[in-house]
Amino acid sequence: MRHFVSTRIWHWINLIAIVVLFMSGLNISNAHPYLYWGDWGFSPTQAWLAVPRFPGWMTIPDYYSLAKARDWHLLMAFPFAFGLLGMWIAMLWNGHFRRDIKTARREWRWSAIRADIAKHLRFDFTHGEGKYNFLQKIAYGAVFGVLLPGMVLTGLAISPGMEPSLWWLVDIFGGRQSARSLHFLCAWGLFGFFVVHVLLVLLSGPVGQLRAMILGGDHQPTNPPFARPAKPEGESA
Amino acid sequence: MSFTMKRRSVLLGSGALMLGACTKISDSEAGTRFFETVDDWQMGLQRALRARNALAPEYAPEDISPTFRGNGSTDPQNDGYPEHVTNGFADWRFTVTGLVERPLSFTLDQIMTLPQRTQITRHDCVEGWSAIGQWTGPQLSVLLDAAELRDDARFVIFRCADNLNGGDYYESVDLIDAYHPQTIIAHSLNGQALPVRNGAPLRMRIERQLGYKHAKYLTGIEAVASLDDVGLGKGGYWEDRAGYQWYAGI
Repeated sequence: MRHFVSTRIWHWINLIAIVVLFMSGLNISNAHPYLYWGDWGFSPTQAWLAVPRFPGWMTIPDYYSLAKARDWHLLMAFPFAFGLLGMWIAMLWNGHFRRDIKTARREWRWSAIRADIAKHLRFDFTHGEGKYNFLQKIAYGAVFGVLLPGMVLTGLAISPGMEPSLWWLVDIFGGRQSARSLHFLCAWGLFGFFVVHVLLVLLSGPVGQLRAMILGGDHQPTNPPFARPAKPEGESA
Repeated sequence: MSFTMKRRSVLLGSGALMLGACTKISDSEAGTRFFETVDDWQMGLQRALRARNALAPEYAPEDISPTFRGNGSTDPQNDGYPEHVTNGFADWRFTVTGLVERPLSFTLDQIMTLPQRTQITRHDCVEGWSAIGQWTGPQLSVLLDAAELRDDARFVIFRCADNLNGGDYYESVDLIDAYHPQTIIAHSLNGQALPVRNGAPLRMRIERQLGYKHAKYLTGIEAVASLDDVGLGKGGYWEDRAGYQWYAGI
C-alpha cells in the first residue's frame, strides 16, 4: 500500500513532538510524582499511585528543571495538537479512515479475530489487497480515537487558564487531578503502542517500511526469516 | 548487513543528538528568549479563547480539602516576621504605591472594613498538586481604584515579607488579571485567619494562574510601567531564579 503525503508529513512531525512531549513530561512528573483522583490531592497518603523518579537520560532537559521541561512541553503541544487535528481532517477527506481504519461488522467475529491473532503469533505480516488487518485497525483506531485526542483534552483540562472556558471538560474527566492521572495513563498507553509499533516495523521489513513512510512508494510488509505462515488449505505438512 | 547496521546507528545517533540539542537550546540565551516569546503567544491564545473576566470555577463548602498544603516559604524567619506573628500582626501595614495618584497604607482592621469577596476555589501548584479552600478578602480592583491608578501603569507588583534562599519573594500580574473579579487580597482561609504556612496575614489569589503567582506574606502592591527594573527583570521570584513562565495559566 501507499501512504498519503499527509500521513507521511504528519507521522514525522508527530514523532518529534511526541518524543519531546513524553520526555519533558517525565521531567514534569518528577516535580510531584504522585497521582490522585478527583478535584484535589497534594500528599502521598491521598495518592493512588506513587510514580518512580525518572532518571536524567529519560528526560528533557537531561537534568531536573520543571521550568525548562514545561517550556518544551508547552511548545511541542502545539504541533502535536494541531497536527492531530490536521491528520484527522486529512484522513476523513482522503478516505484513509473509511478505507483502512474503520472496521466492518464482519471483522468483529471471534473466529476472524482469532485467525488474525494466530497470524500475528506466526509472525506472518503479509496481508492481501494492501489493507490493514483487524488488529492494526483496532490499534490505529484506539491511538487516533482515544489516546492521541485523550492527551490533548486531558492536557487542556489541567491548565488553570483554560478552565474558565473548559470547566465542562474538567467535569467530564472527573476533576483536575483525575485529568492529570488520565494524562499520565494515556502517555504510557502511547508508549506501549510506540514499542509494539517499532518492533513490528523492525520485523516486517524495516528498510521498505521506512522508505514507504518517507518517500511514499508502494510497499508490502515482508515476513521475518523465522515467520511460519500457514500452509494453504489441503496441503499436507 | 553492515549497511543496515550503519543506517541504524545513524538513525539512533541523530535521535540522541536531537535530544541533547533540547538541553543545549534550553540553556542558551537565545533559547530563553524564544521560550519567553512562546509564553507570550500562549497567554494571547488563552485570553483569545475566553472572556476577559471569565471566572475560575467555584466549589461548594463540602468540596473543601481537609487541609491546605503550604509550599515555598512556610515559616519565614527574616525581617521581624516572627515578631509580627507573636503580636498577631497588630502592626502590619499593607501599602499601595508606585504609579498611583494617592499612595495608601492600611492596617489589617482597615483591610477588613473594605467590601469583601468570599470564594471557594482550587489552588493548582506548578508541581502538579491541587487543594481547595475558601478565601475571603477585598478585590484588588477596589484598592487600585481607591489609589487612582495612573494611565501609564501596566503591571502590579506584589511585595512580600518572606526571604527565600536569600531573595525577597515577589510576583506580578498585568492589569487584566489585576482587575479580574476573583483577584482578591485574602486574609482568611476557610473562615479563619490565614495560617502562617499559607501566607499570614495577607496573600494574593490569582485564580486563573498557577500557585507561584499567589504571593504570600503581602506587605504591599506597587504599580509599575515595566517589569525590567524590578528584581532581576522577569517579573517574579521563580521567574528570575528558575526560569518559570511569567504567564502561569498553563
